[in-house]
This record gives sequence, structure tokens and C-alpha cells, in this order.
Amino acid sequence: MSEYSTLVVHSAVYQTQLTKKYKNRKAWEAPNPNLIHSFIPGTIIDIFVEEGQTVKQGECIMILEAMKMRNRVEMPFDAVIKKIHVEEGVRIPKNHLMFDLEPLAE
Amino acid sequence: MSLKRNILDLRKRKQEVLQGGGEKAIQKQVKMGKLTARERIESILDEDSFHEYDLFVEHVARDFNMEGKVLHGDGVITGTGTIYGRPVCIFAQDFTVAGGSLGLMHARKITKIMDHALKMRVPLIGINDSGGARIQEGVNSLAGYGEIFYRNTMASGVIPQISVILGPCAGGAVYSPALTDFVFVVENISKMFITGPSVIESVLGEKISMEELGGAKVHSEITGNAHFYAQTEHECFDQIKKLLTYIPWNNGKKAEAFPPQEPTSPVAVDEIVPADPKMPYDVRDIIKSTTDSSDFFEVMEDFAPNIVIGFGRLNGETVGFVANQPKVLAGVLDCDSSDKAARFIRYCDAFNIPIVTLEDLPGYLPGVDQEHAGVIRHGAKILYAYSEATVPKITVIIRKAYGGGYIAMNSRHMRADFVFAWPTAEIAVMGPEGAANIVFRKEIESAEDPEAMRQEKIQEYKDKFANPYVAAAKGYIDQVIEPSETRKMLLHALAVSANKEQTGPYKKHGIPPF
Repeated sequence: MSEYSTLVVHSAVYQTQLTKKYKNRKAWEAPNPNLIHSFIPGTIIDIFVEEGQTVKQGECIMILEAMKMRNRVEMPFDAVIKKIHVEEGVRIPKNHLMFDLEPLAE
Repeated sequence: MSLKRNILDLRKRKQEVLQGGGEKAIQKQVKMGKLTARERIESILDEDSFHEYDLFVEHVARDFNMEGKVLHGDGVITGTGTIYGRPVCIFAQDFTVAGGSLGLMHARKITKIMDHALKMRVPLIGINDSGGARIQEGVNSLAGYGEIFYRNTMASGVIPQISVILGPCAGGAVYSPALTDFVFVVENISKMFITGPSVIESVLGEKISMEELGGAKVHSEITGNAHFYAQTEHECFDQIKKLLTYIPWNNGKKAEAFPPQEPTSPVAVDEIVPADPKMPYDVRDIIKSTTDSSDFFEVMEDFAPNIVIGFGRLNGETVGFVANQPKVLAGVLDCDSSDKAARFIRYCDAFNIPIVTLEDLPGYLPGVDQEHAGVIRHGAKILYAYSEATVPKITVIIRKAYGGGYIAMNSRHMRADFVFAWPTAEIAVMGPEGAANIVFRKEIESAEDPEAMRQEKIQEYKDKFANPYVAAAKGYIDQVIEPSETRKMLLHALAVSANKEQTGPYKKHGIPPF
């Protein structure tokens, strides 16, 4: 029976083979609002902020060029830029971590 | 005497055009491990049956120094011939002529043979081997593609359309195969994608080879764009010919009947299936134990293998099988398997092929990835396809028929014509384990030994509901049969439904959850 693995559906444990696609699926993670990831692969043209800087919601913090469009990346809420994980001129994939934010204490 | 001169002139002209792109280009084609367009056509068709049309068509491009160039046949060979004595229309792009690029006249040759196929109600086979649009012809080549796609759509469900990808098929060109019924690919030769590796790398920075992006394996295992995968072109041609033996020539006909045969592997069907519904087996063994000569021609073998689809014959007549596969992912329905089955059901319905459904599934695959990938919409396709189908529809419930899966897999409620169940069938809202956890939650939680209580309650639920008789008592299944009676009952059901007639309310068309 070694060619089979187990799969649980509604509490029942089935002996079965798993597909490559099933094994490669990504586990879901709850999004962390304090981390800004790239929503599209592209090139970082400009970074307008520095680590430690306090930035207001809606301010443009970087330009990410993708598919010939210069996308403005804006602050989602008032926060301090805790860490910048990218550099100008670098090409990054999708879902690449770009900024760590620290929300302002209320 | 002048007549002879004319004939010699014709022969000379033919000879010239038949060289295609010339010796050098042909050598290049051979080096890539590919047959020439003409060899491909001749290998698929019956010997000496090919008649070529539009041999002397010339391109009409006048820009970018194209006016002086000669492109034999404008890079595509079209015509008619026979397969097992029956007529088909065929075209093959000739990569040796300007890379098989598609210009206005190239497209016109293809659309002409497509129109011919539709008018004559015969299958259309298209062999794709092309670098894409002929840039020098600009919008005319786009127009050409558009005219092909439109005809693919109009012919869909009327005549069988087969696409054979024997070279590159990139950019907009991919939509012709995508609109056809069956796509054939060959290892190392087929390459299909919308955007090629170089553009992907320059725009997105992702490095990938053509083979990894859109090779034969990718399309047969991951994307589901291909229906048949072969190691060599000749194996691919054999698959095409075999497929054509199972399907009718158009939607007004039935597939040609073969002399009835008994199954050659009438494995005592009851020995294939473990009684424990949680243990696997290969459902194809059940299919083969029922079909003539135990023959089963599987479609999309490597994509979503948790459902099995394909053709077989019962008493000489073609039927389409749709079967949950307990051997893979316990036979669950998910986005991919729903897509796969739904399209096949619609194919069978369009071409008068009765559908036999073998059911054994625990339900839908749980998971955030599935929910977010739209398993609701994809799963709905199966319900839609079964409900809409008016060909004879027969269901055999082997073991599990739980929850939404029970409803979806051609249940009585989707208007199955016959629902048979083996005595091992369990028709219930969910499996005993899950149900006991919910129904007897309080008793289990408050018990001194919760696990012992859980097992007891699972058994209680099993005894009561894990059988076919609850559903049989309501008439949701017609008959509980012994496994060894399965073929006999299928033959009976097909005989009874030979003159089936069923119509729905008038509509222009439905709106399936595409």
C-alpha cells in the first residue's frame, strides 16, 4: 500500500494517490497588513521614503514599473517605515516583500 | 500537340510548388525531429487519398519587399482525403515556407477548407506548425486569425474539429486549437503559449524554457489544454485515427457501430472494488470489465486524473464514460476535474453519444486554494452539463455518493434516465465519520470515552444510512444490482433509450458557468 497516501475529506481518511498539483498547492496564510508585497512583477524605479520615516496614508512611497506602466505604490495607512527590503533599479517578482510598516500608536 | 504542352506545363508548375520551402528548409525541419506538412497529411489519411486544393495560391503582400518573394502555397497545405474510407477535410501549416507564418491568403486557404468541412458535414483536422502572424501583412493576418476563430466557433458542435500541434503555435494562434474539440500534442515538438519565454523574461524577469512554459507535458498535465499526448508524431496520428472510430461524422449522425464483442477481461467486477469505501482501486478496471473487447480509449489521461473520461463500446455502440477515480485524490471533484468532465459531457451530448457515469466520490476537495480558485463556479459546470444533456444518461453508483457530489454526478435529479446502485453504494449527505461528528456531537463530547462513543456513533450512522436502500426507498435509484450484472444492465438501458426524445423550453442558448 506504499504507493498510496492519505487524504481527509469530512473526517474520513482515504487511501489514495496525490497529484503533483495537489502536493504543490500553497498553504494559505492570513495577510499581514504591515507587510507590503509587490502585486505584479516589475522594476523599482524610485523609492521616495527612508527607513524610520513617518508617512501618511495615501502618500506615494515608490514607483514600480511593470508592463510599461509606472505604478504608484501608496501608503495603506499612517505608519513608520520600519524596513525597506528592495533597492532602486532592481527587478522583483510578484509577491516580493518590499516594505515593513509599523502602525502609529493610537 | 499543344494539349501535351499544357499538361507538361501543369506538371512543371505543380512540381515547383510541391517543393514547399525548398531543400534547405526541409532539412531544417527534419533536423528538428519533425515531419514535413505533406508527410503529416499523408500519414494521417488513407494511402493515396489526399487531394490538394489551392496549390497555386500566392500571397498578396506588397510591403517590406514582399512583392518579389515567392511563398509556395503561402505556407499551408489544404485538401480532402479519407480516414478508414470516410472523408475528412484537412489543413497543415508548412513551417518550411516562411515559418508557416499566417498571412491573408494562408488564412483564406484555411477558412475555405473550414467552410467546405462545415458544408459537407465532415470532420476537420488542422495541423498547426507556425511561427505566428506574418508581421509584413499587418492587420490582414489578424483578420485571418479572426476569420478562423469565428468558423471554429460556428462549426463547434456540428462537425468534429481536431487540432494537432506539431510545432510552435503561439500568440493569438492558440485560440483556434482552444476552440476545437480535441487537441493533440507530441513530446518535444508541440509548443503552445500566448506569450513566449523571451517576452516573459524581459517584462517580468521570469526565466523559463519553451518546453517548461508550453510543451506537450505541460498542456496534458497542468493546463488541460491538450487531450492527447504522444511520444512521436506517428503515435499521435494513430491516436487521431483511433479517436475517429468512436465519434460520428457530424451532429446529425450517430457514431458508426462496430460488431458487438464480449469483454475480454470480465474480471469478476466484484473483485476489483474493496468493500471499505476508504480504500482505493482503479475505476478503469470496472470500465474495461463492461466494454466490448475491454477496450477503453481514455481522453485527457494525465490532467485531473481524479476523474476518468473517455470512449468505449457497448454492444458495438460508442458510449462516453465519466468515472470518479478513487485511486487519485479519492476521486474528489475539484476545479480541474469539474472542467474536464463538464466539457466531455457536452461533447457527448452534442454528438449523440450516450453517457455512462460511474460514481464513487467523497465529495468536493476541501481547501482554501480550491475555494479561491472558484470551485463553486467550476463545480457548477458539471451540474449544468449533466442537466442540459439529452442523450441517454446512465449512472452506476459503485460506492460513495456523498453530498453535492451525489447530486452532481448525473443523479436522478439531474434527469438521469437510469440510476443503478451496487449493494456497496452509500448515498448520504456525507460519509459516516463526518456525519457522526455533527449529528452526535453532544453525545460524543460528553461521553466518558469520546473516541469509543465516536466509533459507536459512526457505526450507528453506517448501519442506518451507508447503503443504497434509503435512496432506493424513495425511488432516487431504480435498481440495486449485483456488480456482475453491470454490463447487462448497461446494455439493457441503452436498448431501452434507443429512441429517447427529450426537449427543454425554447431558448437562444443557456448561460453556463464558463
